[in-house]
Amino acid sequence: MAVLSVALTGNPNVGKSTIFNELTGARQKIGNWPGVTVDKKVGYVKYKNRAISIMDLPGTYSINARSPEEQIVTDYLTGERPDIVVDIIDAANIERNLFLTLQIMEMGIPIILDLNMMDEAKRAGVTINMKKLGEAFGMPVVETVGRSSKSIRKLLDVFDSTVMESFHPSSLIEEHVAKVNEVKESNLSESEKDEKLIEMRYAVIDQIVEASVVKNHVGSSLTEKIDNVLANGVLALPMLLLILYLMFQIAFTWVGQPAADALGDWIGEDFTDWANDAMAAAGVSDWLQSLISDGIIAGVGNVVNFVPLIFTLFFMLSFLDGTGYMARVAFVLDPIMRRVGLTGKGIMPLMMGFGCGVPAIMGARALDSEKDRMTSILITPFLTCSAKLPILALFAAMFFPDNAANVVFAMYVLGVVVAIVMAKVLGLTAFKDKGATFLLELPPYRIPAMKTVLLETWDKGKGYLVKAGTIIFAMSVMIWFLSSYNFSGPTEDMDTSFLAYIGNALSYLFVFHGFSSWESGAAIFTGIAAKESVVSTMGIIYGVGEISTEAEDAVETAAAFQGNMSAAFTAASALAFMVFSQLYTPCMTAQGTTKQEAGSWKWMFFSAGYTFVTAWVVSLIVYWIAVACGL
Amino acid sequence: MTLKDAKTGMTVKIISVGESELKNRMMTMGLIPGTKVRILRSAPLGDPIAIGVRSYNLSLRKEDAKKITVEQVA
Repeated sequence: MAVLSVALTGNPNVGKSTIFNELTGARQKIGNWPGVTVDKKVGYVKYKNRAISIMDLPGTYSINARSPEEQIVTDYLTGERPDIVVDIIDAANIERNLFLTLQIMEMGIPIILDLNMMDEAKRAGVTINMKKLGEAFGMPVVETVGRSSKSIRKLLDVFDSTVMESFHPSSLIEEHVAKVNEVKESNLSESEKDEKLIEMRYAVIDQIVEASVVKNHVGSSLTEKIDNVLANGVLALPMLLLILYLMFQIAFTWVGQPAADALGDWIGEDFTDWANDAMAAAGVSDWLQSLISDGIIAGVGNVVNFVPLIFTLFFMLSFLDGTGYMARVAFVLDPIMRRVGLTGKGIMPLMMGFGCGVPAIMGARALDSEKDRMTSILITPFLTCSAKLPILALFAAMFFPDNAANVVFAMYVLGVVVAIVMAKVLGLTAFKDKGATFLLELPPYRIPAMKTVLLETWDKGKGYLVKAGTIIFAMSVMIWFLSSYNFSGPTEDMDTSFLAYIGNALSYLFVFHGFSSWESGAAIFTGIAAKESVVSTMGIIYGVGEISTEAEDAVETAAAFQGNMSAAFTAASALAFMVFSQLYTPCMTAQGTTKQEAGSWKWMFFSAGYTFVTAWVVSLIVYWIAVACGL
Repeated sequence: MTLKDAKTGMTVKIISVGESELKNRMMTMGLIPGTKVRILRSAPLGDPIAIGVRSYNLSLRKEDAKKITVEQVA
């Protein structure tokens, strides 16, 4: 028997992914729809000896082809013509959900109406007469409770027994479709037609709901009670700060960062030692050994280091998203974000930028408009990620010992200010014509299905590993080569390597910034590979040997550097160097992610270039102000 | 009166949805003439507002709510 192809459609927030995950388990393939950053998910099931492929179409409110998601659904339904379309409907919110149902039926595609979350509907006082609803459409109706595998099996049974040919649209639907076609062929303007059609659809829906749904008033819902605390008046902002604070604590203090550090130590010490021993035992030549341990393991290790942090962050974001709270965050912060030309939804990815730019850039895909997405991706590099902190902490401890914390804090603020200014500038130039709009559903609060949260976390985290990993691998080999070779072959001494030439060449850019040594040029250059490298490169160059790149060890590290570096920097040039480090070109992992998310090399180079120029200009200004102030 | 002027707790009926970039999307979400809307709350800084419409909650900015003409029913 041929594979039965099933497509899942439905509005956002109806529990579609949970049903998809329950149906297919881990037997999923995730890709991208051509040309857009919308996930394409297909799963395979074998049920009662029947092979079934299940396509999870993006959640949409309608199919008017206004967004990439809507375009995908329209193209897939008309082009691929799946054997069965299952339209998943949030039973408690049936009216708006039936809009999409009706639109699909207008395309002449038979569907199964799956009333999901019937338990929630009952609590909300909504009773649906499934028989009448089925008759109204002339289509089969099933009910599911998102996480219950028993009810999911019922859905599979329907696939098994349903011969969609035996179902025919009711006369009500047929009349509606005839009227729709009349309007489409009339000589009204396109927008008049659209509006007329919307009104006609809701008229039919009202008629169907009237006949098959009973609503009893049951007092204020749990969602409303929670919203009275989380989305209302004076409490909303402190609650938001508290939740963000907890998220950051979990990511950067309690779980993510400690796990990342432990993994980093293991790769940097035990694993590297083991690899070196193994290679020595196998008689691998020195240069290859150096390439593998200093180049590949160190470079790729830097990427792998981020994995626990990124998985932790993605887990929490998927979880919060599943609860419905993210929509409230957008609701509460929209007035602030609007002043910058963004919308409330944009805050979450940007907040992550204070931890790591990579998940921040990836998180931007959740935003609605192209303008929001691109602006968010492009301003993220100005924020102080956790890898920049050691640079700031080191220089602050060395040159401003009495005011170290204030100086570091000032750098954070500077990053935010530059990000805001750039968002404004981009909004007035590159994305001038694309207005950011805000029309957001506030879904009911729910406890997300763990399976869905974990699968989502895994998909995003895996994407990071695969995509960023390939670029990093190539760059690591390059940096290793540059620091270990010169024109006459391998060199032990870094000051005679290609890296020194590059550092020297770069240093000419900073003659007016007060830090034009080849050493700082080289540190800046390696910082493009990874911001952690700035401090470690200086450590190698200034010959202080093993140094810690942890921010909390900055004072000891500063003491180790003291003699060597106080000659190379003045307080003013140290400040300028901090400003430059804070703002310039993001690390290559972030750049690789930018390429993936923005969809083109052009944007990656733009991002790398304009951040460099911005950093150059701002640090120059800061230097001369500092000099004028007598630093 | 427009939806922007309606106070929290009021129930209003939509008379018309004015022209705007969002008009089509607002209508698709169920905001069409004749629909009843309840004003649930506004964000801490007064804007955007949250409304209950057709059994679900939706938030929109006041500048968009201004385009929707309504009359009070309760």
